[in-house]
Amino acid sequence: MKVTEQDVGYVAELANLELTTEERARLVRELNSILEYVDRLNELDTSKVQPMTQMEQTYTTAKSVPGAKDFAYAGREDIVEGLRKSLPREVALANAPDTDSTFFRVPKVIER
Amino acid sequence: MDLKSLTIDAVRSAIRERRTTATALAEAFYTNIERDDPEIGAYLTLSQDRALAKAGEIDRLAEKGDALPPLGGVPVGIKDVMVTRGVRTTAGSKILGNYIPPYDCTAVARLEEAGAVVLGKTNCDEFAMGSSNENSAWRPVHNPRDPRRVPGGSSGGSAAAVAAHMAIVALGSDTGGSIRQPASFCGVVGLMPTYGRVSRYGLIAFASSLDHIGPLTKTVKDAATVLRTIAGRDPMDSTSADLPVPDYVAELEKPVCGLKIGVAHEYFGEGLDAEVRAAVEAAIHKLAQLECEVIPVSLPHTKYAIPTYYILATAEASSNLARYDGVRYGLRAGGVRTLSEMYRRSRDQGFGAEVKRRIMLGTYALSAGYYDAYYLKAQKVRTLLADDFREAFKKVDAIITPTSPTAAFRLGEKVDDPLAMYLADIYTVTADLAGIPGISIPCGETKDKLPIGLQILGRHFDEATVLRLANAYENAA
Repeated sequence: MKVTEQDVGYVAELANLELTTEERARLVRELNSILEYVDRLNELDTSKVQPMTQMEQTYTTAKSVPGAKDFAYAGREDIVEGLRKSLPREVALANAPDTDSTFFRVPKVIER
Repeated sequence: MDLKSLTIDAVRSAIRERRTTATALAEAFYTNIERDDPEIGAYLTLSQDRALAKAGEIDRLAEKGDALPPLGGVPVGIKDVMVTRGVRTTAGSKILGNYIPPYDCTAVARLEEAGAVVLGKTNCDEFAMGSSNENSAWRPVHNPRDPRRVPGGSSGGSAAAVAAHMAIVALGSDTGGSIRQPASFCGVVGLMPTYGRVSRYGLIAFASSLDHIGPLTKTVKDAATVLRTIAGRDPMDSTSADLPVPDYVAELEKPVCGLKIGVAHEYFGEGLDAEVRAAVEAAIHKLAQLECEVIPVSLPHTKYAIPTYYILATAEASSNLARYDGVRYGLRAGGVRTLSEMYRRSRDQGFGAEVKRRIMLGTYALSAGYYDAYYLKAQKVRTLLADDFREAFKKVDAIITPTSPTAAFRLGEKVDDPLAMYLADIYTVTADLAGIPGISIPCGETKDKLPIGLQILGRHFDEATVLRLANAYENAA
């Protein structure tokens, strides 16, 4: 699949990146070069293969005790301040470029 | 006090026996940093107040004759992708140039609870994306063994700090090889634990299913000591494993005779430098002399690892880096009229070229119409790669490979060819994709005196065997 300048423009919009004309031209070349290399994945027949979406027990090589769940992601009770208190407001705002001491302040949202 | 030969044990006994103090040691390391770091560039931020406060605490314990905690007084460097409360953390990026985190990374907190003295934040490739530490927004890192060359990446600052005696221990992160490869380039030990062995809470995320935190040290025993301290379930990271943490240091003493070590021909093919091959083969021979059984294995999908990695890692990164938008923290572009302009311009100004390239690649791979062809396909190939290891580990207890096809290359050598840079990761990415642990240890030098790294890969949660083999080799070499 060949990437065009139009594709790069569209993807940049999705990624919220404002690219210069030079960056756009360079990325067309680089993405094509990388994707050409990535195309070799199509040499493999994966029609009967499950996608690995996260590290799970199915993939473990550990010599576990039968029934063990090496990769078992635990949940917690959905209770208020279940693990710890939230950040105090002033700490949460401390790194913000612009606030009104209560909220983060940003430019107006204007219809494009 | 000769700083060059200090290990964790040496530091603790020197402080306990009052031959030095934690404060004097911290100050000596800061002197080293002041003298040598202008040329090396290992550190981005120094945290003297925090370091000296901890050193003072340790000294008071020593004065009272109380037992010192396991890392008491040990000077450590922390890769700048791990947040440190009150200490500027940039992830090597301008987009976080002024970011002061309100919390600590769990791994850092555990080190400090064990008495470690955090000297500062080490330099790294921006958002951990790179194999040479040339993508740091601030300055590149120079290899202490040859300053014209790269230290490797993305934990180049951490590896250089340990190699140049500007820290005894450093924490790094590894997503495609970023602990092991710089360890091999700088001649130090670099351990990537099993995925989920160490909490990722407080690690600025690059690729959430591939990121790991691990130690860089001068000796295998030090790596085992640090792992014992930082490993274990963390309720703040739901992917951290709820498994007991073995005493990795005690495990080192167990014998290696009878262990089956696998050699996969796919890691010894085209592109492997002749001197690296010779050093690794000599190391395998040495392990055979220690009565390990060497068994040929095959990892047939190895050549698909790099394309798989660069689709999955960049896709996950494009999602993880969406949060850098100039709203709540970090760089916000000035002179913007709308919110949308603010997002785009802040990100364009704040992110470097490699980061943008990876966000673009990842976004493309996930976009409608391409998701199946790229992202889903890569996830399926990831299964095949994991299955390769599952098959191999039915026959062997560990797999030995070179860490990198070459020794450290020159600064600037690969910056114009992103693909060439990506291929440097060829021997390390497979472990990240499969989630298995791996260590790189020094195993010789090239004729130009550049370090060569030996990689040992193990089963999930079997860092004990990996460390034991590494330790046995280190003692025999």
